[in-house]
Amino acid sequence: MLYAILCYSDENVVGSWTKEEDDACLARLKVVQDKVAAEGRMGPVARLVPTTAATTLRKGGEEPLVIDGPFAETKEQLLGFYTIDCRSLDEAIDFARDLATANPAPGSYEIRPVRLFRPGARPT
Amino acid sequence: MTDLAWIEAALTAARPQAVAALLRYFRDLDIAEEAFQEASLRALKNWPRNGPPRDPAAWLIFVGRNAAIDAVRRDSRQQELPPEEKISDLDDVETRVVERLDNSDYRDDVLRLLFVCCHPELPATQQIALALRIVSGLTVPQIARAFLVGESAMEQRITRAKARIAKAGIPFGTPGAVERAERLAAVAAMIYLVFNEGYSAEADSADRRRSLCDEAIRLSRLLLRLFPAEPEIMGLTALLLLQHARADARFDANGAAILLDEQDRTLWNRAMIAEGLALVDKAMRHHRPGVYQIQAAIAALHARAARPEETDWAEINLLYRALEQLQPSPVVTLNRAVAVAKAEGPEAALDLIEPLAERLFGYFYFFGVKGNLLMQLGRNGEAKAAFDRAISLARTPAEAAHIRMHLDRLARDSAPRQGASGIV
Repeated sequence: MLYAILCYSDENVVGSWTKEEDDACLARLKVVQDKVAAEGRMGPVARLVPTTAATTLRKGGEEPLVIDGPFAETKEQLLGFYTIDCRSLDEAIDFARDLATANPAPGSYEIRPVRLFRPGARPT
Repeated sequence: MTDLAWIEAALTAARPQAVAALLRYFRDLDIAEEAFQEASLRALKNWPRNGPPRDPAAWLIFVGRNAAIDAVRRDSRQQELPPEEKISDLDDVETRVVERLDNSDYRDDVLRLLFVCCHPELPATQQIALALRIVSGLTVPQIARAFLVGESAMEQRITRAKARIAKAGIPFGTPGAVERAERLAAVAAMIYLVFNEGYSAEADSADRRRSLCDEAIRLSRLLLRLFPAEPEIMGLTALLLLQHARADARFDANGAAILLDEQDRTLWNRAMIAEGLALVDKAMRHHRPGVYQIQAAIAALHARAARPEETDWAEINLLYRALEQLQPSPVVTLNRAVAVAKAEGPEAALDLIEPLAERLFGYFYFFGVKGNLLMQLGRNGEAKAAFDRAISLARTPAEAAHIRMHLDRLARDSAPRQGASGIV
């Protein structure tokens, strides 16, 4: 089963890290991913630009509404996601647990089974 | 990163909101700062034990407020002052702290805190120092290092600035739409000053000052979170990101400045560029052009060019023309001349800058650009005269060295030179 691991945290706090702290955290997260990638189970991974760069198209009415920023004002934002092949939910939870250990910032990982997956053909 | 490092990042992130709210309660900068300080100390003790609060800013405001009220009560008993004088809207805060944070009023708190730092009576250097101290929470030694001055001098500068603000009075009324727009513009200008203070550094102090650029970007993002639909704040944030993206490419190993055309573009920070470009795109959709948006759009065109030859100079020329209309200035026209030289040739550029001669008589870059254009046209005698004048106006050894390089080239080779780089 393919799972999406959605990472939620306070981008304001993550944005206050120094470059060294950010680099160190990414390096630790890389170790977690590399382990899974070595088993051929790692799918696409993305880190998102802060929500200040986001635009939302809200459906409703005759014309969809285009607004600046995320639609909902929340304390935690979607900062990125992983896709990973897991034999069980426990395995997906273990992966999220490893991510949580590598990244001390509070927040949550939402573990969502993927229903449709098209990897796309965009060169990286 | 340790838990402690995370807590420190969370305190830094929450600081503007928390100090701004505390300032509204206590109407006194020093009390607000001390209250936040006390709350931070308690957070360092409490959070590792009990886990982080769901909303760090609300926690810090609540704890800071209570700590300061205790302190004010203690003081007032000793000095017999009525506490009401120092505490405002005491009754509404206990239950409504969290609600306040989600309320749109709260953005006015943060805007006020930022606005306090850009009081028109404060000289630019004091505005920057104050913002870094109060809003960013940098320590006095950190700020002193960034400004290359002694700690006691910086301490004095900040104390003087605070005294001026106290004397002028902090505006606590809820601003109207016009007032809010004015405050926003003043704060944007102050953030740009903070950035420039870091950006215009010489190579030897560039590392120490780079933190000022990071800080300016953080403040700009903060402002954008509060005012997510303001195209000029998108423009400002984009401009800072796109300029700072070039930081690693701006100086060579000996500390000499490297011009845009000669920079190793693989050293440019792609993540910052991606964010900057996204913000420029977002801003453009509003069709409300402003000076930061236009400058960001110019920076974006440079960022989009993988090689200098791919730069869209014709478009840059048009953007500078728009900037001239919004903000007429001989310096903007001079910058446009560099684009005109690339797009239409040195002759057209020279025609454009001739009328500026009188107003830019004492301006180093004017004579640098002029010498360059004349050199491209093979008018070497006139070029030398312009470069000589530029050298006499140079403010730093690096500027003088750069011009001397041109003079050496002129001396070596009197033939017209193709594709000489302008000063951008």
